[in-house]
Amino acid sequence: MFIVDMQKITKIFGELLANDHVDFQLRKGEIHALLGENGAGKTTLMRILYGLYQQTTGDVFINGEKAIIHSPKDAIKYGIGMVTQHFALVPPMTVAENIVLGYTDNIILDQDSIEQKVGAAAKQFGLEINPKSIVRHLSVGQRQRVEILKALYRNASVLILDEPTAVLVPQEVDILFETLDRLRNDGLSVIFISHKLDEVTKITDRVTVLRDGKSIGTVNTCDINTRQLAAMMVGRDTFGVTRQTDINPESKTILEVENLSVLDDKGLPAINNLKLSIREGEILGIAGVGGNGQKELAEILCGVRIPTSGSIKIDGTNLVGKDPLEFSKLGMGRIPEDRHEGVVGDLTVYENLSLEYLDEFTNKGVLDRKTIRNNAENLIKKFQIKAKPTDKIKTLSGGNMQKVLLARVLSRQPKVLIVPQPTRGLDVGATEYVREQLLEQRNRGAAVMLISEDLDEILCLSDRIAVMFEGEIVGTINTQDATPEKLGLMMSGALREVA
Amino acid sequence: MEVFIVNLIAATFRVSTPILLAAIGETYSERAGILNLGIEGIMFFGAFIGFIVADKSGSLWLGLLVAILSGVIAGLLMSLLTVTLGVNQHVSGLGITLLLTGLSLFGFRLVYGGRSTPPAIPSFQPVNPFPNVPFLNTITQQYLLTYITFLVIVPLAWFIMYRTRFGLHIRAVGENPESVDAAGINVYLTRYIVLAIGGGLMAAGGAFLSLAQLGSFTHGIISGRGWVAIAIVIFGNWSPVKVMWGALIFGGTFALQLRLQAMGLQLPIPYETFLALPYIVTIIALVIAGRNASYPAALLKPYRREG
Amino acid sequence: MTENTEEKRLRFVKTDNPPFWVKPLIPILALVGTFILTSGLIMMANANPFEAYYYFLLAPLGNKVSILEILVKSTPLIITGVAVTYAFSTGYYNIGAEGQLYAGAIAGTWIGMSAHGMPSFVALPLMILGGFAAGVAWALIPALLKVKLAVDEVVTTLLMNSIMAYIVSAILNGPWRDPNSGWPQSPEIAPSAVFFKLVPRSRLNFGFLVAVALVLILWFVMNRSTFGLKMRAVGLGKPAAKFAGIKVNRTILIAALISGGIAGIAGVAEVAGIHFHLISEISPGYGYTGVIIATLGSLNAFGVGLAAVFFGLVDTGAQTLGRALGVPVYLGEVTQATMLLVALGMLLLQRYRIRRM
Repeated sequence: MFIVDMQKITKIFGELLANDHVDFQLRKGEIHALLGENGAGKTTLMRILYGLYQQTTGDVFINGEKAIIHSPKDAIKYGIGMVTQHFALVPPMTVAENIVLGYTDNIILDQDSIEQKVGAAAKQFGLEINPKSIVRHLSVGQRQRVEILKALYRNASVLILDEPTAVLVPQEVDILFETLDRLRNDGLSVIFISHKLDEVTKITDRVTVLRDGKSIGTVNTCDINTRQLAAMMVGRDTFGVTRQTDINPESKTILEVENLSVLDDKGLPAINNLKLSIREGEILGIAGVGGNGQKELAEILCGVRIPTSGSIKIDGTNLVGKDPLEFSKLGMGRIPEDRHEGVVGDLTVYENLSLEYLDEFTNKGVLDRKTIRNNAENLIKKFQIKAKPTDKIKTLSGGNMQKVLLARVLSRQPKVLIVPQPTRGLDVGATEYVREQLLEQRNRGAAVMLISEDLDEILCLSDRIAVMFEGEIVGTINTQDATPEKLGLMMSGALREVA
Repeated sequence: MEVFIVNLIAATFRVSTPILLAAIGETYSERAGILNLGIEGIMFFGAFIGFIVADKSGSLWLGLLVAILSGVIAGLLMSLLTVTLGVNQHVSGLGITLLLTGLSLFGFRLVYGGRSTPPAIPSFQPVNPFPNVPFLNTITQQYLLTYITFLVIVPLAWFIMYRTRFGLHIRAVGENPESVDAAGINVYLTRYIVLAIGGGLMAAGGAFLSLAQLGSFTHGIISGRGWVAIAIVIFGNWSPVKVMWGALIFGGTFALQLRLQAMGLQLPIPYETFLALPYIVTIIALVIAGRNASYPAALLKPYRREG
Repeated sequence: MTENTEEKRLRFVKTDNPPFWVKPLIPILALVGTFILTSGLIMMANANPFEAYYYFLLAPLGNKVSILEILVKSTPLIITGVAVTYAFSTGYYNIGAEGQLYAGAIAGTWIGMSAHGMPSFVALPLMILGGFAAGVAWALIPALLKVKLAVDEVVTTLLMNSIMAYIVSAILNGPWRDPNSGWPQSPEIAPSAVFFKLVPRSRLNFGFLVAVALVLILWFVMNRSTFGLKMRAVGLGKPAAKFAGIKVNRTILIAALISGGIAGIAGVAEVAGIHFHLISEISPGYGYTGVIIATLGSLNAFGVGLAAVFFGLVDTGAQTLGRALGVPVYLGEVTQATMLLVALGMLLLQRYRIRRM
């Protein structure tokens, strides 16, 4: 009998089918990995199990009994604990206080007694934690242990870990795996969400692969090799339908990035000595599972994040250290990853369209309304934006907002175009339009960097594909040489290759 | 000289009481993430309603009770605006201050007409557990409310904040409401309760001024003490015991310069320098802490659960 | 099977597209709501609410003297409302307009006292500039702390208010104590430094023209100037503004300083137009009321002007009402505050639609 049995789970968000009749079974005392790209539905499935979401259809059985889980509190009662990617800890409080938060019957909290209880629990589970420590002073690895202890303290018999190694350094990863091994031997069942093949094969007993919201299959880890797993993760029916790429080896390299390094918002290395280059008239697709530094790369290239080392050169001029305005002026065209951070919702279309190049629309400090208006009308027509210049941006659909951002940037004929996740959340029509625009820019001679978690998009638009993993480019290949196996291996860190 | 010091210490406790009460109320409020700028108005209304009820009913304690109740209601109004409706906290608070100040003055004028001298009532009398100990007996002659504030309310406030489950919730709500929500604790309810308690304390502080210290009610009875309390909360790093020291320092400086002035002492620098000093120190403390100021991290942000 | 089978009922749903009839209805509803809430107080004063509101809001509009008084009362509110609007538009919560106002008043008084022998057309602009500069200076520290060290401006500006109050007290009890009376009030400013009256035998003075000018300038800056667009972009969408290349910190700093400077001008207007010397009661909280005015006016120039004049009407009307029916004049403040709170509550409700789902 399975300790957790999820049957035909379907979850729909608006128009998005996140989980499509997914079956998932967890055996008692096993470590089971959920493998897949971004958007495959792994986190959604687990959030359903933990009560943060409710499934649209489908049933969950715990130890053979049907379970109704409406909130994390219910999940905890069933013995399910989850450590999410962003820890739910309160930094200025102690470990002990964090662990008993919401899980104590005592009205009076005696510091000594809760520290003792937590200390005893830590010992029992073999976790190195000092209950007196203040969470703010703990390393990420230690905080993760606190989260794990939090779940175990609530008598979890099933522990869900969402991309636990994303925030750890290698030594901490080893410690985590030792801990999980030991806990498993003591009877805990673990679900391990990941996209890293070497970890998955190292520690798990079984693997379930999800792709595009569907379950592809469940295999025993010992019965399969990484190549097969990679293919399962990434393989699709439409693979092999790539564009004809006619790269001209003579064309000039316009963008050169060298030795780029930066830390993320938590102070961990996000990008490590990254190197890449793009030529005129080509589209370089940056593939990879989200969270491997793509966001930080986009921010650096957009000028809103400063790298700790390295250079970014357009036509030989180094952009590092300059502000976003100069980036634009030097020919770096960019749109942000999150549309809402690129347009000001309460301002109008014509105001937003002029926001990036205000000095051209200014006459001695006064706005040149005629020029601004004309600019807006031209761009609306040219880019088929369904809006009036006087509409407030926040009333536009996602697709039209994206068109505004594109129009603003493309009207400058940039030399380099950075587009992270350009079609995320857009409908079919808008998606097609955006992709056409990118191809048009490429044909015009711009160097386009397409960062996308949608592998289909990368395959259909790029001339070359560079795969990012743990802050580095682990391989660059021509699109026509890409196979699911190769890409999957690179994206999960199991292969490094340079074309 | 010794007499001077002893009198000063006694006065310090007396003067600090109202602002300490209000500051403790504000401390709880800010710890849960709400900056309550209604404090000035709540103190004012507490002073007023306490006075009127005491005058008309003859009972000082009844006046105090009604004052506290009014503060609780004001706190609930603040929660309605900022927690449920998500209105900007500064504007809500200032609006409440304006409202309560206006209501107090309106009510006072209505009941007492336009008298030039405010009416007086027999106020609370100080008590003294050690009437015969030399020097000490000056210090120990304090209003019962002062004793209660320093010996009961402050320790209780500390205890609840750091040694009870509820205090844990309050601190968590002010730092990271999302974690608290995930742990199944009701963020909104916690904030409502905290603002109600805070309001009650602030109003009690105001009532102390009219019922004990002054025995009367005037236009300028609060004159900025609410803002002082806010400064003290920061000075005391949002911690009840440190806030108490802050109140004593602010109160002591006030009492000191009053006495020096009364003595006709001429100093090369104006007395106001002493009064301004605690504020300047607070600003410097904020600068030093800089980004690491131990602000409750969720202060000023209304909480909305996603999805 | 779960949530999609819940029965359909009316729900409040968050929306960015309120029905068109909502926005203009808000001030009307706010007024009605305020009327209902304040009638209780009016009845406690033994007056008829309808009769009271006649004296309160309509009668003052009926005669010249009171109309002028309305404009006089609204002058400082217009100026502080404008001042606060600059800061709030950019997301900088300047609660320190009160202290900045007094800084300007001090500067204005000083220049005014030194203006004996100076012609008016020199003295007046000088006072205004001096007041502006003083307000800027007083706003500088909190603004720098915010921009350089991310120290919250609400708290620092509040603290600066208290410090300024002590400075005023020290000055009035010290070097500027009136030698004749011994009261803590400064000597009078020179006659040439007085804001001339616009209408003889009334209190309406040049300060009102300054206020109107500031409103027009505000409108122009916000709607027609590049800097105004930058300010609004920063206030409405800081990440997007940064992305578009706007220097966010510099914009906030400049807006904060302008805000302080204008509040300083409000102080000058009170000294030069109403009191003619510096006293500690120059402002009964105009700086704080400015925050309320700016909010009620939705941070736009004419809204702010209108809100300020309305508050002036309420202040004047409260006095008319007091004389006519004996209702305490403080009804004015209560009405203003109630109006604000009711309007705020309604502004939030306009974000919702009723849908059947």
